[in-house]
Amino acid sequence: MSDAMNLNDLEANGEARKRLISRIAIYGLLGLFSFIYIAPLVVVVLNTFRSNPEIAARGMMAWPNELRWDAWPRVWGTYCLNGRCEGMAQNFWNSVYMTIPATIISTMLGALNGYILSKWRFKGSDTLFTLMMFGVFMPGQIALMPWAYLLGTTGLNKTMWGLVLVHVIQGISFTTLFARNYYVNIPDDLIKAARIDGAGFWRIFRKIILPLSPPILIVTVIWQFTGIWNEFLYGVVLTTGASQPVTAAVAAFSQTGQTVREFDIMSAGVLIAALPPLLVYLLGGKYFVRGLTQGAVK
Amino acid sequence: MAELLVKNIRKSFGAVEVLKDITLDVKSGEFIALVGPSGCGKSTLLAIIAGLEKATSGTISIRNRVVNSVAPKDRDIAMVFQSYALYPTMTVRENMMFGMEARGVPRDQREVALKRVSSLLQIDQLLNRKPGQLSGGQRQRVAMGRALVRDPALFLFDEPLSNLDAKLRVEMRGEIKKLHQTIGKTTVYVTHDQVEAMTLSSRIAVLNKGVLQQFDEPQKVYDHPANMFVAGFMGSPAMNFIPAQMTTRGETAELALDGGQPLKMKRKVALASSSAVIVGIRPEHLTHATASAANTLTGIATLVEPTGSETHVICRIGNSDVTAKFFPYQAPKQGDTVRLAIDMERICIFDAKTEKALA
Repeated sequence: MSDAMNLNDLEANGEARKRLISRIAIYGLLGLFSFIYIAPLVVVVLNTFRSNPEIAARGMMAWPNELRWDAWPRVWGTYCLNGRCEGMAQNFWNSVYMTIPATIISTMLGALNGYILSKWRFKGSDTLFTLMMFGVFMPGQIALMPWAYLLGTTGLNKTMWGLVLVHVIQGISFTTLFARNYYVNIPDDLIKAARIDGAGFWRIFRKIILPLSPPILIVTVIWQFTGIWNEFLYGVVLTTGASQPVTAAVAAFSQTGQTVREFDIMSAGVLIAALPPLLVYLLGGKYFVRGLTQGAVK
Repeated sequence: MAELLVKNIRKSFGAVEVLKDITLDVKSGEFIALVGPSGCGKSTLLAIIAGLEKATSGTISIRNRVVNSVAPKDRDIAMVFQSYALYPTMTVRENMMFGMEARGVPRDQREVALKRVSSLLQIDQLLNRKPGQLSGGQRQRVAMGRALVRDPALFLFDEPLSNLDAKLRVEMRGEIKKLHQTIGKTTVYVTHDQVEAMTLSSRIAVLNKGVLQQFDEPQKVYDHPANMFVAGFMGSPAMNFIPAQMTTRGETAELALDGGQPLKMKRKVALASSSAVIVGIRPEHLTHATASAANTLTGIATLVEPTGSETHVICRIGNSDVTAKFFPYQAPKQGDTVRLAIDMERICIFDAKTEKALA
């Protein structure tokens, strides 16, 4: 009896040791990859607190000798980019004024398109949807010249609304795809019941479809917000100087005529530019993962 | 007065015709069951009545008004769906109020209707819950409640009980029947379950492959099926079909069953003196034969299925397998030779070629 118990204990000990080793291996590996992923961010953050001569003297990767905050206000308000010494504040706000309306409008249009293409099918609606999906696969560069021409002739290239228009149109394929594929899984019986109940197109959309939509709307908003915020090509081609978005300002760091690269300034600028999408992810990331897998596991 | 008139309705999806010239005349207060196997077109017909589908030709009239081009919401109908179709983000109260809100019914009237229906269906306690927090039976009740608050001319049910377990289904079936007796609204009820159709309806419309087979009272459909399809579809276990040769002599007819003794019956139909027929015998009309029984068949019991109240015995007679119902205490054992008595008054005779009833 006691022998048997000892044997069991030994086996249990062996099991426990194996478990411990595998745990250590798993966490060690996870730790290593986390470090690899997070190291560049740490380097950039640390460099914002170091002076440029110090970076030049001791290299990019080192702990700050002292904590200096002056790179942040300088890059925000007074640093010279493309000959204007106003920092990147204006470009940052340009991006805000461009991204927020473009995100909201393209998301709402996508939801409406998805609602129609899934619940109010008409002759040719599937063909229309297929055609719209070309926009998903088409690289943005293809439309660059037509957009430049259009915005130039309409005068929209002088305001942020030009870029808003571009991003709404360019984004509509994606937002429609997201919404349509989500709404397809909403039972048609709900729509039929509502129609018999006396609800029309808009009431069904507002009272039944939209209340079911938060997961996909959040996904779409994150997708559109990060996509539009980070977009560079249209921003730099279709606008100039003070009306350019923040991505253009970040790119300008590498084009400044000075011989010395100011790594502290660049680090702070890059972080400021990266902050809004990061915040959007932090607020909605939970839904993003959930929303993207919607329908995969029913 | 015809509450609902379905006239010469045809429906095609592309080249496929799913409804072929359906005509139904429904009187006020009737409970009509549309029954048939899957794909027979019964749900399509209901959708056409509701206005959710357009008929290819023919007319639908509700209370003597042709409604072909009237929107579903203006047809004065309410519908209960198989999936219940409760609005998932709304509470039970909001679900039931939704239709009245959409129609602009004044607030105080809405409250009155809600009270009336929720106490009728005993769902007062559930009003603030979401559909996700309800059991299947409760959802079913709420779905009916949502239809009832409207007080429509016509109720449409699309297989409302098929998502419930067997016990609950029987229970809800009884409730629907009671409810219909209480409110007396004209109802069209789609089901593939012939027992539901039998128990609930005042008349049954049997459909197969888009063709209306028979439209009559449940007992008449059961006792006098118009053709072999209806005979086989209604009733469980299904009716036995045995090929036979019928010879008529004056007032009597003689049936020479495949593999049995000749059976004598009163002549019911005018036929050529000798013709090929199919004899239809329901299992309950085929049972243990007493020594003196006149019309009998002899066969071998190949399968014995006790159900408790009765025992189903499948017998091999000639080239046919027939099902007979026995009292458990009279049931044979598998392999026994059995003599079966036929209730000749209740058998059905079908034309072997057209499969239509001859009697």
